[in-house]
Amino acid sequence: MRTLPVGDRALLIEMADGEQAGALHAELLRRRSAGTLPAVREIVPAARTVLLDGVDDPGRWARELPHWKIPSLQIEEMDVIEVPVRYDGPDLAEVASRWRVAPNEVAEIHSSIDFRVAFCGFAPGFGYLTGLPEDLAVPRRATPRTAVPAGALGLAGSYTGVYPRSSPGGWQLIGRTDLKLWDPAREPAALLSPGARVRLVARR
Amino acid sequence: MTDGAIAVVRAGLLTTVQDLGRPGHAHLGVSRSGALDRRAARLVNRLVGNPESAAVLESTFGGCAIRPRRAVIAAVGGAPCPVLVNGRPVAWGASVRVEAGSLLEAGWATSGVRSYLAFAGGIAVEPVLGSRATDLLSGLGPPPLADGAVLPLGTPTGQRSPVDGTLPWVAPPLELVLRVRLGPRADWFTAAALKALTSGVYRVSAASNRIGLRTEGPALERVRPEELPSEGMVLGAVQVPPDGCPVVFLADHPTTGGYPVVAVVDDRDLGAAAQAAPGTPLRFALLG
Repeated sequence: MRTLPVGDRALLIEMADGEQAGALHAELLRRRSAGTLPAVREIVPAARTVLLDGVDDPGRWARELPHWKIPSLQIEEMDVIEVPVRYDGPDLAEVASRWRVAPNEVAEIHSSIDFRVAFCGFAPGFGYLTGLPEDLAVPRRATPRTAVPAGALGLAGSYTGVYPRSSPGGWQLIGRTDLKLWDPAREPAALLSPGARVRLVARR
Repeated sequence: MTDGAIAVVRAGLLTTVQDLGRPGHAHLGVSRSGALDRRAARLVNRLVGNPESAAVLESTFGGCAIRPRRAVIAAVGGAPCPVLVNGRPVAWGASVRVEAGSLLEAGWATSGVRSYLAFAGGIAVEPVLGSRATDLLSGLGPPPLADGAVLPLGTPTGQRSPVDGTLPWVAPPLELVLRVRLGPRADWFTAAALKALTSGVYRVSAASNRIGLRTEGPALERVRPEELPSEGMVLGAVQVPPDGCPVVFLADHPTTGGYPVVAVVDDRDLGAAAQAAPGTPLRFALLG
């Protein structure tokens, strides 16, 4: 764990990898719901860091955090959000050839993975799902699409994500869902928030 | 409950509804948003007897023209500009009564960039995640104003303005000085780059917007060429994209980013950053 200064009201906590960042994030949420966490406006996990923004005394956090006991992530104990997916995306053949499998095997492989929402970003409700093994990582498209429809399921590197709304995007699209990933009128607005466990359920 | 509305006669270059934003949702990819010059937004609200958090209009450079459908107390502040009611000059930075059907105009900013228009009762569009602010990055909140649009007004509190008279007219500085604290990724840059950042002269770029204040000046060279895995970004972060020219993140900034942040601007200086016109000389001054 390394703590880095971010102005006078925030700090960035850098962990060895995404798994450890996820574990720290889970511990922060546990302490917040137990009422033992000092005031913090934003807790923003990312690839291998957690940002704490809107804190009174970042120096005190930086001194105390290294003494925390942080249990490792227990993904099997978390509630699962199921997202029905039709694996019929325009880049399915491309991904299949990179994985050296037949296109109809992509759904089976991908939907058998236990995903976790590592963090959100890019757009409201866009979750970066981890769980895809490194050897199945695929590069972004050389030329991003100018418009990706809402609900499109894509891969970039070892991340999986669903576009919450239509936007430009460079992820390799392998499927789509009809679920609304983001609805400001709903509580909660985001279907997938950091720390959630996700299963993609293949539909025909 | 609303009791009245305003009609947009001239929307201007870019006029949006703003309040103090929607903090607390960054982990979902939602920027804080809200008025770029929060002090000005608070002041115009006080002039009309609103809570400081009421929604106001933020106009960019060119002002806007508004026709209220009922008599309303209004005030224009932020970037100084001519203020007219039915073509006759009235005071900037003071509360004025605008009769039903009269035309309130905020003219071209004579200095600064963003003028704020408050109406007693506040702009009462439907809040999204607790805020009425337009977030141009996330697409949350009402769309930017368009000619002919009609916006609802809330019920005035009936309280008198706690502000007596008019706002002090603060002349904008000839040079923008942004106080910064180094980090979190200052160690990704050469010693020469850190020296250039804090001693060089930059200029505010015309490509600046509500997402970031872009700069032109000495490019900051990195010692670490690799890609930075996405990490959380704060308001005021000085992010350095591959061209080496620092970008100061403003209210609609992305919540995560993959370019290193060399320093963070002190919160007290962000209002001035929002009012710095393109071409303004800019220095970053090292704090503590």
